[in-house]
Amino acid sequence: MTDAVEVKTLIIDDQEVSARRGQTILEVAREHDIHIPTLCHVEGLSNVGACRLCLVEIKGSNKLLPACVATVFEGMEVVTNSERLRRHRRTILELLFAERNHICSVCVSNGHCELQTLAQEQGLTHVRMPYRNPQLSVDASHDRFTADHNRCILCTRCVRVCAEIEGAHVWDVMGRGINSIVITDLHQDWGSSTCTRCGKCVQVCPTGALFEKSKIGTDNPKNPDFLPYLNLMREAR
Amino acid sequence: MSQTITIDPVTRLEGHGKVTIQLNSKGEVEDAHFHVTQVRGFEKFSEGRPFYEMPGLMARICGICPVSHLVASAKACEAIMSVRIPHTAAQLRRMLNLAQMVQSHALSFFHLSSPDLLLGMDADPATRHIFGVAAARPELGRAGIGLRRFGQHIIELLGRKRIHSGWVIPGGVTEPLSSAHRDEILAMIPEAYANLKLALTAYKQIASNFQQEIEVFANFPSHYLGLINEDESIEFTDGALRFIDPQGEIVEDDITANHFSEVFGEAAESYSYTKFVYYKPLGYPQGCYRVGPLARLNIVKQMGTPLADKELAEFKQIAEGPVESSFHYHHARLIEALYGIEKIERILADPLILDTHVRASAGVNRLEGAGQIEAPRGTLVHNYKVDENGKIVWANLVVATGHNNRAMDRGVLQASKAYVKDGKFTEGALNRVEAVVRTFDPCLSCSTHAFGQMPLVLSLVSSNGEVLDRLVR
Repeated sequence: MTDAVEVKTLIIDDQEVSARRGQTILEVAREHDIHIPTLCHVEGLSNVGACRLCLVEIKGSNKLLPACVATVFEGMEVVTNSERLRRHRRTILELLFAERNHICSVCVSNGHCELQTLAQEQGLTHVRMPYRNPQLSVDASHDRFTADHNRCILCTRCVRVCAEIEGAHVWDVMGRGINSIVITDLHQDWGSSTCTRCGKCVQVCPTGALFEKSKIGTDNPKNPDFLPYLNLMREAR
Repeated sequence: MSQTITIDPVTRLEGHGKVTIQLNSKGEVEDAHFHVTQVRGFEKFSEGRPFYEMPGLMARICGICPVSHLVASAKACEAIMSVRIPHTAAQLRRMLNLAQMVQSHALSFFHLSSPDLLLGMDADPATRHIFGVAAARPELGRAGIGLRRFGQHIIELLGRKRIHSGWVIPGGVTEPLSSAHRDEILAMIPEAYANLKLALTAYKQIASNFQQEIEVFANFPSHYLGLINEDESIEFTDGALRFIDPQGEIVEDDITANHFSEVFGEAAESYSYTKFVYYKPLGYPQGCYRVGPLARLNIVKQMGTPLADKELAEFKQIAEGPVESSFHYHHARLIEALYGIEKIERILADPLILDTHVRASAGVNRLEGAGQIEAPRGTLVHNYKVDENGKIVWANLVVATGHNNRAMDRGVLQASKAYVKDGKFTEGALNRVEAVVRTFDPCLSCSTHAFGQMPLVLSLVSSNGEVLDRLVR
């Protein structure tokens, strides 16, 4: 005997929708073509709620919840787009831009960058905080790929795809707070690490932090769409 | 008591510069200098970047000639990769470089210098600009804007963007040319010829009015440097450098980019951020020389296209040996623009021009590489050293303005001596000293476009710093 699917009804942006128990607000919103901006989330990987761009308002609560990890409940009323949320999202983006060195005009991912697209979508016209301009390293030791920590936003997509899909767990995060940095193995050069050279981390990286060598600008679109397919195949086995 | 006249900023230039003229106690011009007052730092902050990012990074040096830096940088990267790019990619890049040359020459001639040439050096500064030209000679105003658009639109059709295109990459270009874009470029060519013909005719009509300027606008014997093909025709993208003496005799030939630094050195002066390039065997400053349209036309024996060859033959009649006055840069510029249009038409007729194989790939195969091309204003050399992972550890750029720096200095002195007498100067004299610099079309950083309203200040300062006289435009 199988469990009956428990259906929850809720309201997202004045629209009545139904969902299955355990679904996240983001999943339900996307099923109903309601747009919620995301950055650390990628279809096919676990959610960590790191970037906070998907914060939404829940009626009856002062707390903003990240839609990628918050699950639905009966009678929930969700607002995904308000002036307050837009202000918070712009501030988050400003902090990301100020934290490291994001110079879109000379970036390998110019035109294909999720951070750049989000900034445009959220109407980010300037950054009010002083830029930190840290001097971070560029790891070009791998024969196929380069890691430029100046452009990393610590979304940990690379860490998750390497562990959850490739099963190699070469990438991880070192340090705390603003000193955090993604590393390969125990902070060895990427070229001498146990990397399997699959390139999944490069494909899911939302910015120009991880990129294929010799591919720049219009030449460098990323294709993270392979993940749901891989998951589907794995479940079918 | 000695005095100093300062022209700051020099207007209608690409970038920010100033001129100082030193007078002795008798009020005679004793010395004069052209100063480039900005520092950009590209060579330093590119250190640590992967080499294949360099073309895109270096293109940001300039908004007028980003293509020059793109192509020179890509060639330096290809030397590091040790690859030869596909024929079609080479042809497309050649066309891109020529399109930029045409638009840049149109900008220099029409927008920056034609107000002096067509309205007169002493014309009212309030109307001495491109709009003044458009009002006085509407057909020429339209021709100038049309020619610049011609070049810029080709750049856009090839590289998607008019400025700072990411289309040129180490190994070739990112996308081939489509037949629709080829046909669009071909359709623009007849109008470009007509506009260029108007400009050449107008220039020839007024050139004889400037005999005095021709005499004193950096008119002196010098060496010349420029790219040339094996058949001694003009070249902008490939070929090798030739260095000739004031008589036109070859001093050194077949200088490749990798050997450039063995033959040419760079000196620094305290008064300018731009370095002074010189031919090492002659030393500094004796080994200084000129580059750009005048130098190129002095070096070549033929242009390689029929209409431009006809114009070159006429140009060579100006003098028996090399043409010495920098005033003739204007004439040379128009001939090169004509060549550019003819050559673009020829490249489009190449049966392989629509081929889709436009890219070669390789990793780091050498730890040093250099690339050289002819930018509109002269020879441009990019030289990089990388580590085994391809990260830049050292970069050096030798730009056209550096090659011409000493000649501009000498030209400013020569013109100052002719136009500043007894410590007195007029607005027209001041404009002529600036116009000497404009003949070279130097690219100081490409930010300044003044149309008469630029706060040009000419001040006469005594040796103890007292301002004796002041002229504000």
